[in-house]
Amino acid sequence: MFPFSFEWAWDIGHMVFFGGFWYAVSILGAGMTFCILKAAYDTMNDSGDSHH
Amino acid sequence: MDSALIPEGAKRCSFPKFAIGIAIVSAVVLWGVFAMFLCWFKGLNQTNMDDYYGFALWIWADLAVIAVGGGAFFTGLLRYIFKIDELKNIINFAVIIGFICYSSALLILAIDIGQPLRGWFIFWHANVHSMLTEVAFCLSAYFAVLTIEFIPNILENRQANKVPFFHHLAHNMHGVMAVFAATGAFLSFFHQGSLGGVAGVLYGRPFAVREGLLIWPWTFFLFTWSAAAFGPCFTLLVTKITETVTGKKLVKDNVVHLLAKISGWMIVTYIIAKIIDTIYWAMVTAPSLGFTLSHFYSNNGFYGYWILITEIVLCGVVPGAILIMKSTRENPTLRLVAIILGTIGICLNRWVMVLQIMAVPVMSFDTWALYFPSWQEIATTILPVAYGIILISVAYRYLPVFPQEQELNTIEPVSKTE
Repeated sequence: MFPFSFEWAWDIGHMVFFGGFWYAVSILGAGMTFCILKAAYDTMNDSGDSHH
Repeated sequence: MDSALIPEGAKRCSFPKFAIGIAIVSAVVLWGVFAMFLCWFKGLNQTNMDDYYGFALWIWADLAVIAVGGGAFFTGLLRYIFKIDELKNIINFAVIIGFICYSSALLILAIDIGQPLRGWFIFWHANVHSMLTEVAFCLSAYFAVLTIEFIPNILENRQANKVPFFHHLAHNMHGVMAVFAATGAFLSFFHQGSLGGVAGVLYGRPFAVREGLLIWPWTFFLFTWSAAAFGPCFTLLVTKITETVTGKKLVKDNVVHLLAKISGWMIVTYIIAKIIDTIYWAMVTAPSLGFTLSHFYSNNGFYGYWILITEIVLCGVVPGAILIMKSTRENPTLRLVAIILGTIGICLNRWVMVLQIMAVPVMSFDTWALYFPSWQEIATTILPVAYGIILISVAYRYLPVFPQEQELNTIEPVSKTE
């Protein structure tokens, strides 16, 4: 799963498989981090103009 | 008693009535949990799985709930990427159904592996050449996507939304939901496909094996396509059941007609591909391996040609034809028949692709191996259904799941909601 795991090999299989996986996880992580930080910022500067 | 939590202006049954309903369904959950612990503490000898059936009822249930849960990723794709705005009125419910389906699939897998303490091995010691490893990774990651998609709806609860941080968080998550939906579609494409790919690469099983494109057998594409086609049928079916139970109209007809139309065209295109695949397999692939079509549908007490005809014609061609024609699609009874047949059809397809594969004799000295699940397998398979009923009941009661509910139903003053 990680390059420091003993089974890890720098072959095409690992790079494609885990490249896709970590890419997807990074998007989810970055998206949620953005939402949480922006929500904290919005709360501190409570503009009260957000509607959905 | 809990009126402060109920969406403003919405009418719900009294809390004691709700609690009694939940208690009844919880009894089924407890039965399933008891069977689950039996499997965990005593082992897989509690099941009727054997050397023939390493994949059995649980894997069928897993594939079936993942297929019908495909309504979430496909509706999300249509709503957020293709910008079909009408679907905003059913997307919350599609996400909840998807969340239930995928959490159920993970729960079933946690029971099926028999040794849950080593469940993390599939991630940590990943075999990158295994389609099931890809399924495990994509399934878990997509469940995270569904959780993220579900969170804003939870935060819109009347009380939670009063907390400024939650209010802003829900708003911000809506703002970037297209990114999450696109990631979900990417993950779904691969895990739905890989579940089909597992069957297609079983070279020792002539009933399952298929040719394909590069490393992907045709079943890879058929599984993804069928999940996108029949998943919305299940979303519409659960919506209809919820409307019947609550005695309310929850989604406008134009939204239902639109989703039914899209599902219909997806079913028609899928079933054409499925028929071509079946004919090619029956005429070319199986004979090249020394088998005739009749070998797979005779000399046993259960699997006959009826299952092939039911899956493809009755539960594929018929619902597809009903849903693509405006006159039949907009007839509520025929539409209900179509979505029920469609849901049965996709579950039957997964049954065939898991259990019939195991039943068919492969060696010349072999015989058909039929299987009936143990009560522990049945209880743990019913468990997710009961859990789903509870989660939908709680979500419907406390969350603004259906944006059109108030418009479609007479609003009474809040004081009369209890």
